[in-house]
Amino acid sequence: MAAGSKLWKRDTQAAWLFLLPSLVLFTMFIAIPVIAAFMISFTEWDLFNPMKFVGFGNYTELFNDDIFKKVMGNTAYFVLASVPLQMAFGLAIALVLNRNIKGQTFFRIAYFLPVVTSTVAAALVWSWLFNSNFGIINALLLSFGVTDPPKWLGSTKWAMPAVIVVSVWQNVGYAMVLFLAGLQNIRTDIYDAAALDSARGWKRLWFITLPMLSPTTFFVLIISIIGSFQVFELVFIMTKAGPANATNTLVYYIYQNGFQFYQMGYASAAAMVLFAIVLVATLIQYRMQDRWVHYG
Amino acid sequence: MARHARKTRTDWVLFVVLLVGTFATCGPFAWMLATSIKPGNEVFVFPPTLLTGQPQLNNFMRIFDTIPFGRSLVNSLIVCLSITLAQLVVCSMAAYAFACLTFRGREALFLVYLAALMVPSQVTLIPNFILVRNLGWIDTYQGMILPFAFSSFGTFLLRQYFMTIPRELLEAARLDGCKHWRIYLWIVLPLSRPALGALAIFAFVSQWNNFLWPLIVTTRPEMQTVTVALSTLQGQYNTDWPLLMTGSVLAVAPVLIVFILGNRAFIAGLTGGGFGGR
Repeated sequence: MAAGSKLWKRDTQAAWLFLLPSLVLFTMFIAIPVIAAFMISFTEWDLFNPMKFVGFGNYTELFNDDIFKKVMGNTAYFVLASVPLQMAFGLAIALVLNRNIKGQTFFRIAYFLPVVTSTVAAALVWSWLFNSNFGIINALLLSFGVTDPPKWLGSTKWAMPAVIVVSVWQNVGYAMVLFLAGLQNIRTDIYDAAALDSARGWKRLWFITLPMLSPTTFFVLIISIIGSFQVFELVFIMTKAGPANATNTLVYYIYQNGFQFYQMGYASAAAMVLFAIVLVATLIQYRMQDRWVHYG
Repeated sequence: MARHARKTRTDWVLFVVLLVGTFATCGPFAWMLATSIKPGNEVFVFPPTLLTGQPQLNNFMRIFDTIPFGRSLVNSLIVCLSITLAQLVVCSMAAYAFACLTFRGREALFLVYLAALMVPSQVTLIPNFILVRNLGWIDTYQGMILPFAFSSFGTFLLRQYFMTIPRELLEAARLDGCKHWRIYLWIVLPLSRPALGALAIFAFVSQWNNFLWPLIVTTRPEMQTVTVALSTLQGQYNTDWPLLMTGSVLAVAPVLIVFILGNRAFIAGLTGGGFGGR
């Protein structure tokens, strides 16, 4: 017993030494900043003049702010359009690749390329593709007989769809590899049993593959939602939130208020809204992962 | 027999569909490259030429003259390699404590680290900016590196891997009087090469593509990373598409080349080494 407790003590000392670097960095750049962000959200502060405590002032202002309402609407539009699209394409490609189709490795690389591409560079190329005067997309549309192609990034109606297209393009590959991993985890004996019951084709997909895949689907859903709420670079490069705030989204609004208008309190309050959304999504994922799932 | 024929036909149809999809995913890269070798005025021709009649590398010289783009490539390399190395050291040390040592508060601290996964980086952005500014670290490498030197994700990833190392091995080493730092250095790390590789790839790529943080902590062009330099370039030459595409080619090429060479390890790394993380 005495020897045991001595060993325990030695372990404890070593453990804290091993933890020291991470603890210092974690406290300095994550723990304290989270608390600080929360506190700053109750103040009015432009970095230069003294901080002023305003209670829930920023939050009430936020919920009466017409631009913020627009921003939240835009963000919802972006999330609701890009998440289902990237998941549907990702799943479809994964299902096809899972048939051990010819050129599987090639396709996997080709569809994953956009994932490893810097979003800034991707946004630049797509701005060029969507260019309304000299871009290749409108050139193609014209050659297909569309007489008045959209002005894309210059149009309040078409700017957001253009941003969504790029986001889907960039994230399909990620959904695809996650779905592929999920598909490869489904036990083959279940398919053998299904074959005995003569379940094939669409029936097999609908009644066996998709239900067995539900934990993966749910995981991809939550990851995609969290990621989509954080869209920033695409907006920054492609539209600078314009035209007329048509593509202003939550993180861009945080950036704008913090680093262009120097309203640190107001920006922090908006950041807390983002935090709340991500927290809820993660907690739902955490609670649900033990339920309604069918581990193979 | 009939079913087999139908299956092959379906596979062929799907193959063609996938090939068409490949044009959609790879087309923008081709267009990026095609534009980067065009003479400056050829992009204002309508309809656009697919491949220029006068391919030239002039834009690749021009870009290094207009802004310190070469410097920004070096900056990105320095920052990304430092962060990757720091994460490997810091996270593996923490993971060793969580996976191989017993101490009071282990589970609680691990939960706290895990909880940090739920914090979006934009939430800590403003306080971290204020901290770095007060430390006088604007326009410095440490200001870009240190806030990312620790990663909850990395710690979690490595801890999961360290847990799979047979306990008997570590206990035997302990009984032989081996100290912890030696077990960590000579047993645990060498056995965990796949997980360390996955973390290295993940860290390097996400930092190479990181934008918002280097954007707000750099003001001088000489300190900008590649992504920030690209956005500066866009601000100054917003209709010079050949130049902008040249910058994009230079920004994505290093990562894409490494990806195509080592795609298996790469995808494993970016999807959390198959542990289902992100």
